Amino acid sequence: MARTTVRVLSLIAAAAVAATVTACSPPASDSAAASTPAGSATSVADLGGMDALVTAAKAEGKLNVIALPPDWTNYAEVISTFESTYGITVSSAQPDASSADEITAAKQLAGQDTAPDVFDLSQSVTVANTDMFAPYKVATIGDVPDGLKDPNGKWTNDYGGYMSIGYDSATVPAPTTVADLMKPEYKGKVALNGDPTQAGAAFNGVMMASLASGGSADDVSPGVDFFSKLNKAGNFLPLDPTPATIESGQTPVVIDWDYLNAAESTKTGGLASWKVVVPKGAVVGGYYAQAINAQAPHPAAARLWQEFLYSDVGQNLWLKGGARPVRADAMITSGTIDKGLLAKLPAVSGTPVFLTPAQTDAAAATLNSTWAKAIA
Amino acid sequence: MLRLRPLLGLTPFAVFVVLFLVIPTLVVVIGSLLDANNAPTLANLQALTDSSVLTAFRRSILLSASTAAVGAVVGGLLAHAVSTARPDGFLRRAVTAASGVLAQFGGVTLAFAFVATIGLQGLVTVFAKDNLGVDIFAGGVWLFQLPGLILVYAYFQIPLMVIVFLPALDGLRAQWREASDSLGGSTWQYWRHVGGPLLLPSFLGSALLLFANAFSAYATAAALVSQGAPIVPLQIRAALTSEVLLGRADLAKALALGMVVVVAVVMTAYALLQRRTSRWLQ
Repeated sequence: MARTTVRVLSLIAAAAVAATVTACSPPASDSAAASTPAGSATSVADLGGMDALVTAAKAEGKLNVIALPPDWTNYAEVISTFESTYGITVSSAQPDASSADEITAAKQLAGQDTAPDVFDLSQSVTVANTDMFAPYKVATIGDVPDGLKDPNGKWTNDYGGYMSIGYDSATVPAPTTVADLMKPEYKGKVALNGDPTQAGAAFNGVMMASLASGGSADDVSPGVDFFSKLNKAGNFLPLDPTPATIESGQTPVVIDWDYLNAAESTKTGGLASWKVVVPKGAVVGGYYAQAINAQAPHPAAARLWQEFLYSDVGQNLWLKGGARPVRADAMITSGTIDKGLLAKLPAVSGTPVFLTPAQTDAAAATLNSTWAKAIA
Repeated sequence: MLRLRPLLGLTPFAVFVVLFLVIPTLVVVIGSLLDANNAPTLANLQALTDSSVLTAFRRSILLSASTAAVGAVVGGLLAHAVSTARPDGFLRRAVTAASGVLAQFGGVTLAFAFVATIGLQGLVTVFAKDNLGVDIFAGGVWLFQLPGLILVYAYFQIPLMVIVFLPALDGLRAQWREASDSLGGSTWQYWRHVGGPLLLPSFLGSALLLFANAFSAYATAAALVSQGAPIVPLQIRAALTSEVLLGRADLAKALALGMVVVVAVVMTAYALLQRRTSRWLQ
């Protein structure tokens, strides 16, 4: 009797395991995206106008976003404004994930209800994954300069800024150039937002140091040398800065995008003595792009999100977060930009450098082989 | 059929091993031999010979071996102290209970505890700087580098040693010591010829467990170290999540394969050693 029980139990266990394995595989049916009219719409006109898009999106009722930190370019307010305007719930997964994680998640969750609907990606990840995106051109796409958007509408740059040095003016003297950071006053105080072989912001920080040390967009190695010297001098802090480390005084100097540094002094709980400077002669610019997941489970909401982000409201929300909206020039001309917010952006002197994909690849390869040794 | 019947009871375990050990290992091994388009390649394995990867393996092994050694010695002595204490006494109950909790106290919580205590603005750091004039980070911010990892890892390695080594110490019979004493043996002779050889296999086994525990630990290191990926698990993270260097998932699998090989080598060495040390017990 006992033996029979054991045998039955083990069979049940085996069957349960087998059932679990089957349940884990994605459903074989086609994704929601291809089967609805919204899934194939490439502009709001395809859906019969804005009102029809809003209706379709409200019927879906949900939008899945991923890797959108609330303290990144005012994303908390962007999401809450979208939710209250359209009555659509935004479910935000893994706020601290990287751009590469977004693509991985979309592949792993393909065909499921929880897959991300939209992407917010760094330039290199965008260019490498265009086959994942559904083409869609927002109503205001004409305002976006050529070169900052895909001609087929697969992706569009949205907001950007310049590499900057944020510092706590209560603890350290104001730096004006990158070279200033070598001074003894900055001992153990200079942090970079992330590892430059992993995070786009840190990557551009090394590029900024390179431009300031005689390098060019084609040659990042002087920047690596700079950080190597900074590390030997004991000034480099191998700690990932976050709002918490900044507010607690652990990272008094942070190299990061100007909009992220600027947010530190303006948000509640932030540091009032936090200042931002875009160093002279080393201006590195960069844009983040928006794209729609071709397999989006909520295709209409995904498209409505795009229309919202590129509307005057959405673009001014980026500005409020200290970022430069991609439609800024057109909005200045038409007078729809928030001039008070525009005046608060840090001053920039010199011509900004925007990296081409080839320059990005070359610098990434250099960093891969040299960075770990430079700061070891 | 009759012969198969006793094996049937093993089915759940066998299924478990296949699902969680064999399949993942196969995925890693096969994946490390394929490129992004699933064509066979040796490029991923070649990438393992890159100097930054070799350095990471060297550091991972150094970190695991040193924390296993510290854990084994300190934890072993602590376990011995506990085993000689009264079985129902306070010392024993307190140490075993604390070890049970602390051995599992890894990951982000542990990293945070250290940052709050001896981080840049930590309680102890600030106190030492303001009142004693000692700057514990004068020579660099070592907490967020390899020396910091060694210190933090020791924090869960020592209690783990107490837990896994205590049963072996409890297995030593008091009569053996009495027999040794009554035959005129000194304390040194007892440990050299009786206690030591009896405990050696399980001591080495526990040390090996500590090595593997540190070698595969990820969350603690990930929460502390954000620059330069000094150890292999962090390099795997970098290869999987980088938004600067794309499409290196295959390198991650090759790195994982490297870790499997290191553990296999250590296990083999352990098996050979144990066969030697436990020969006379049979």
